Amino acid sequence: MPLISCRDLTLGYDGKAVVSGLTFDVHTGDYLCVVGENGSGKTTLMRTLLGLSKPMSGVIVAERGFDAREIGYLPQQNAAQKDFPASVREVVRSGCLNGMGMRPFYTGEQKRAAEDNMEKLGIADLAGRCFYELSGGQQRRVLLARALCAAGRLLLMDEPVTGLDPQAAADMYDIIEKLNKDGLTVIMISHDIAAALKYASHILHLGEAHAVYFGPADKYSSSVSR
Amino acid sequence: MSIMEYIQMFPFVRYAIIVGLLIALCSSLLGVTLVLKRFSFIGDGLSHVAFGAMAIATAVKLTTNFLLVLPITVGSAVLLLRGGQKTKIRGDALIAMISVGTLALGYLVINLFAESANLSADVCATLFGSTSILTLTLTEVWLCAALSVAVIAVFILLYHKIFSVTFDEEFTAATGNRAGVYNLIIAVIIAVIIVLAMNLVGSLLISALVIIPALSAMRLFKSFKAVTLASVVISVICAMTGLLASIALEAPVGATIVVTDILGFAVCCGLNAAGMRVRAN
Repeated sequence: MPLISCRDLTLGYDGKAVVSGLTFDVHTGDYLCVVGENGSGKTTLMRTLLGLSKPMSGVIVAERGFDAREIGYLPQQNAAQKDFPASVREVVRSGCLNGMGMRPFYTGEQKRAAEDNMEKLGIADLAGRCFYELSGGQQRRVLLARALCAAGRLLLMDEPVTGLDPQAAADMYDIIEKLNKDGLTVIMISHDIAAALKYASHILHLGEAHAVYFGPADKYSSSVSR
Repeated sequence: MSIMEYIQMFPFVRYAIIVGLLIALCSSLLGVTLVLKRFSFIGDGLSHVAFGAMAIATAVKLTTNFLLVLPITVGSAVLLLRGGQKTKIRGDALIAMISVGTLALGYLVINLFAESANLSADVCATLFGSTSILTLTLTEVWLCAALSVAVIAVFILLYHKIFSVTFDEEFTAATGNRAGVYNLIIAVIIAVIIVLAMNLVGSLLISALVIIPALSAMRLFKSFKAVTLASVVISVICAMTGLLASIALEAPVGATIVVTDILGFAVCCGLNAAGMRVRAN
């Protein structure tokens, strides 16, 4: 059974449909890239998968036993404001919140997981720094570390490399590939079709009002050029 | 007579100081959240609602105004938060309407129904808290103390959740946490703090008591924990100084405390500038 199964989704906002007839499955271990023009509904799809907005019609079925507390999310932009007083460690640990239940404080195990994730992303030496004094690439890594603390099984990312310099972007792709190889299911919105073809296992291409392609990445080019 | 003798002689001054410090402690806790979540509008609106409720309580001659003011303010907090998200009227416009509306209603009610000999003094006391902190009954002191302790306890227990929902509400909701519930709890705590603080500084000056210590602390520290702790310390020191100064100078309590808070802010700005210069050299 797929981890997430979308059937005939119509997505939009303010009563206006942006994309319809969307049907696709995501299985455990998949690396799905969602590509398409601006305004094709990529971000709306992400928000719907996250439960932040409701589909206008259609259904999303999750595998039995899977719920939002096993999702990690890397937003495109920082929702919080400038000069927010928060250390890197505080931000990363806040990802552990969904595993906390009714407990008021983090367990030692959760704190260790936060340290491990900072180590994994090469930001352990920044732990005491103020989040907003970091560079864009460093901030992205901090937010990814937070997402990893939250992600039990599924990681959703909205344009994780946009705005990064080529080296930072390449590092980011390497990190994500490694996470996926370690068993994490990945859904990513991307502008970069070349990178999507290189790294992803599946592609969902949203066109005007409907999906142009959904399937394995290696069959994408022949299908779309046809 | 020195201030210490004065304090020892009159029990109501002791109450005022104990309650004042507790309220100052509570009110600074959520300052950062209020500033960064753009809830300061709600805080301002609620303080006017509390004024309206206080006016009604005065008009119907309740002995303990709290019993009416608290439920009305908490109810309004919930409505404002819920309503702000769903209605067609923009959130801030709605809040402006409610806050000015209740202010007018409160003043009207006091004028029409209160039989007090000194009407303008009553209104002034409610708006600026000029004497009310010194006239608290023992019941009100205990009620203030209990509510303060409750606010502090809830804040500590929900500390990490409040941080997360303040830092990034969408992430908090998307990863399976009940962000809506946390927002609601924050709104209720804010309402309780406002009702408490009304006793200390009056309804017009509450926002200052809540926000200024947080802004001061944000000049000096860069992590949420450090800022929260520092704003508590700053708020308590300023309230203590302000209370004693107001007794010594025979000045209005609320205004003196707020001016002390502003002085505290200036000191923190100075320290920040000095710190930057030291680092630059």
